[in-house]
Amino acid sequence: MNKAVELRDHIREIRNFRIRLIISAIGVVILFGLLFSRFFYLQVVQVEHYTTLAEANRIAIQPLTPNRGLIFDRNGEILAQNYTAYTLEIVPDQVKDLEAVLDELATIVEISAEDRRRFAKLKRENTRFKSLPIRTRLTDFEVARFAENQYRFPGIEIKAHPLRHYPKGELFSHVIGYIGRISDKDLEQLEADKRLKNYRGSTHIGRTGIEKSYESVLHGQTGFEQVETDAIGRSVRSLSRTPPIAGNDLILSLDIGLQQAAVQAFGDYRGALVALDPTNGEILAFVSKPGFDPNLFVEGIDHLNWRLLNESIDRPLNNRALRGVYPPGSVFKPFMALAGLELGKRTPNYGFSDPGFFSLPGSSHRFRDWKPGGHGWVDLHKSLVVSCDTYYYRLAHDLGITNIHDFIGKFGFGQETGIDIPGEVTGLLPSPEWKRRRFNQNWLPGDTISVGIGQGFNLATPLQLTFGMMLLANDGKAYRPHFVKRQIDHYKNLVEEDFVEEVYRLELKQEYLDYVKQALADVTRPGGTASRAGANTAYTFAGKTGTSQVINIKQGERYNAHKVDERHRDHALFSAFAPVETPEIVLTVLVENGGSGGSTAAPIARKVLDYFFLGKMPESDEKAE
Amino acid sequence: MATLDIKKIWHYLTRYIDNFLLAGIFLLMLTGLIVLYSATGGNSARVISQLINMVVACVVMWIVANIPLREITRMAFPLYALGIIMLVAVALFGEIQNGARRWLNLGIIHIQPSELLKIAVPLMMAWYFDKIHTVIQWHNYIVAILILLLPVILIMRQPDLGTALLILISGFYVIFLAGLSWRVMASLAVMVAVSLPLLWSFGMRDYQRKRIMTMLDPSQDALGAGYHTIQSSIAIGSGGIAGKGWLKGTQSQLDFLPEPSTDFIFSVFSEEFGLIGNSLLLSLYLIVIGRSLIITATAPTRFTRLVAGSISLTFFTYIFVNIGMVSGILPVVGIPLPLISYGGTSMVTILLGFGILMSIHAHPKLVKT
Repeated sequence: MNKAVELRDHIREIRNFRIRLIISAIGVVILFGLLFSRFFYLQVVQVEHYTTLAEANRIAIQPLTPNRGLIFDRNGEILAQNYTAYTLEIVPDQVKDLEAVLDELATIVEISAEDRRRFAKLKRENTRFKSLPIRTRLTDFEVARFAENQYRFPGIEIKAHPLRHYPKGELFSHVIGYIGRISDKDLEQLEADKRLKNYRGSTHIGRTGIEKSYESVLHGQTGFEQVETDAIGRSVRSLSRTPPIAGNDLILSLDIGLQQAAVQAFGDYRGALVALDPTNGEILAFVSKPGFDPNLFVEGIDHLNWRLLNESIDRPLNNRALRGVYPPGSVFKPFMALAGLELGKRTPNYGFSDPGFFSLPGSSHRFRDWKPGGHGWVDLHKSLVVSCDTYYYRLAHDLGITNIHDFIGKFGFGQETGIDIPGEVTGLLPSPEWKRRRFNQNWLPGDTISVGIGQGFNLATPLQLTFGMMLLANDGKAYRPHFVKRQIDHYKNLVEEDFVEEVYRLELKQEYLDYVKQALADVTRPGGTASRAGANTAYTFAGKTGTSQVINIKQGERYNAHKVDERHRDHALFSAFAPVETPEIVLTVLVENGGSGGSTAAPIARKVLDYFFLGKMPESDEKAE
Repeated sequence: MATLDIKKIWHYLTRYIDNFLLAGIFLLMLTGLIVLYSATGGNSARVISQLINMVVACVVMWIVANIPLREITRMAFPLYALGIIMLVAVALFGEIQNGARRWLNLGIIHIQPSELLKIAVPLMMAWYFDKIHTVIQWHNYIVAILILLLPVILIMRQPDLGTALLILISGFYVIFLAGLSWRVMASLAVMVAVSLPLLWSFGMRDYQRKRIMTMLDPSQDALGAGYHTIQSSIAIGSGGIAGKGWLKGTQSQLDFLPEPSTDFIFSVFSEEFGLIGNSLLLSLYLIVIGRSLIITATAPTRFTRLVAGSISLTFFTYIFVNIGMVSGILPVVGIPLPLISYGGTSMVTILLGFGILMSIHAHPKLVKT
């Protein structure tokens, strides 16, 4: 220490301190002044600039629509696919003189009067800020031309929308169904199901068939993109992105070849065919003829086509296999036979001589057999092989309606099979309670007699008949009929294939089952009602023919197919399974106004089975395809 | 009798409280609640939670105001030591949040030791200067700077550049008010200016560099850090002179502002109350700072003078940095707006400082040195 340390001088120290404090205070004021001048600059000088920015400042959340899952048949043939359609869209709010702009726009891309009418309608129905299509399905050329001129049309832009295409057209229209534009009603439903958020940006939703019942897995998960938009709402840049997750692909159990074979086998007939695999319930073919082109519905069907489809006498929109109800006719008989055996009302050996008609005790009314004069000596086996009505009139009488209803109900009649497309109807297995409820009338003994041969109030869908036949073929085991064999989740890399579901198992005596099955096998052999269809098969098959009355024939009058109008002729039915020993396929053929089951329905079944077992495609009238 | 008791209790409760300061603080807190309600889109739960923060902070302030100065002086070293120990503990076992290791998990509570040091560092430095019974010499400043740099470096490493800088500034205020010569300060300034490029190259992390670049040109990173500055400037600018009205700020209500209830709460206020509101708010702050500086000026000891001065000027610094940041004249650093931003920790730290100020003001009877 060469220099003495100065002692503290409090007065000086406090003075110095205060000077520095004052300097600090001045600094505070100056810096606050700096802040104030910054506010002044922002809030007074630049207020307009920033007000404009605040107005223009819109960050939009744009939904990213997921790709809809694809649908394939069991061999991987595509049944429903996606393509991108370019749509010219207008946000009405952003276009000042709409008419003038549309006139100008019409010089770039074609805009028809109809387009304008449709747009005007959309404009009325939607908010001003919503982007609405003026032209759909622009060609590449039109897209390019508009892109060049886009600067002239603020508020108008081209958007790419994924659309659905059904390459097989009407072949699968009744199974796949179609998608349609989301309506207000759909929106309400989606809202109620808490699914609406996932449909932001989606324009279409499954309407019918697989497209509808598997909507939730086909649709996928909508993604979102946060974009910064400029004053006119165009996205400037992406801020963040949650990618959409594509819907699951579906592999159906349908076999496109079998379906094709069935359609060709039908030729010009109207009707339905359901074929399924009795070992698991997978549906192999599902035909409702005539069909329609589901592609017509995707972009909104136009009025003319709608009328053509809707008002056609052939009712192509009606899914006959699922919703068509027909008296099962003689196809009902095997179930009756089993009921007789199981309930102890018949033994295999019991028989009688058929006079060709049946009368209730104390009644002169004759329930006629289809064969005038009768079949002679008839036992249970023969009653099935030759489809003797008299036998079943008697059996029905002996069983009584309640037994019939309760026993045969177990085979799926009068209830839903639980198939995985919507719209199934239950058909009708009548009972006295039902009649009282429905008509407020008592059940009459005669009602039972008609039910016994699958007529009267009896109604079933082709699907139900197939279901019932599956129970027979399977010795009482029933699987839920279903179309979806596999579901492929690409996102999780997961394949789900657990769609086989055993619905129930009936405890039936094997001896009786074998007896009935043997009789059904003999139906396709010489002497049987389907002997012609069953001739020279490379496989064994069993079945039951049926004829379903469309009009009531007056007492004492004979039905003459040639005398009645074509539309009033009987429906032909045939329900079968093959091979008899270990059935691999069960199918039901219904031919509307086809006449007798043996002559029209059974040959169709034969052709389908030939394809199934031998890969032989039936001759087609329309080879042009 | 009862009235007498109440008077007594009232007197007991308020005898160390500076009413002038308290009024300013309450007005600012009230403003904070009103803006918070708007910033959270009418979330009364957040407002209530903030109200609880405020009550807790006020209790802390009251307690501190009631602590005699001698005790506060005595606490300086232990607090500082505790703070340093905790910073080391954070560096070793701290929890990582958002990529930074700042928090110490003590089971029940999570502690951010850097908050403690905001108070402890000025106290420690003032305490050190107070112990010197001679004129402060250059080596004393060196020691003071070391006292300051130790926690600053530890906090920078977390990394928490904002807090480190604020503590550095609060320590600088102590040194400045202690009388560091102008010449030395000028040379320090030159040194800093020279070392800035070095700091830029070696001492900073990428995101810190980015923030500064963004401040210079917000449009460079319009989607990242610059986005905040741009949106905030739009909010303030579009507020105009009179503002858009309470709950009517489109920028804030339409979620354009980042963290509208914490760091960017001023943008919300400014958009809704305009230049007039800003001027009133700045005036209110100015009043509180002015009162603090008056308390500082009349503080009895070297220790209290330095502590009070540092607290007052640091309070100002918070305000300036936050508003400067949201209005686009300073880089974006996470500093809340005192008494307005949502958050308990900063509220407690600020009011703890005011508690010390009140204690200094109300306990003047200490021996003058």
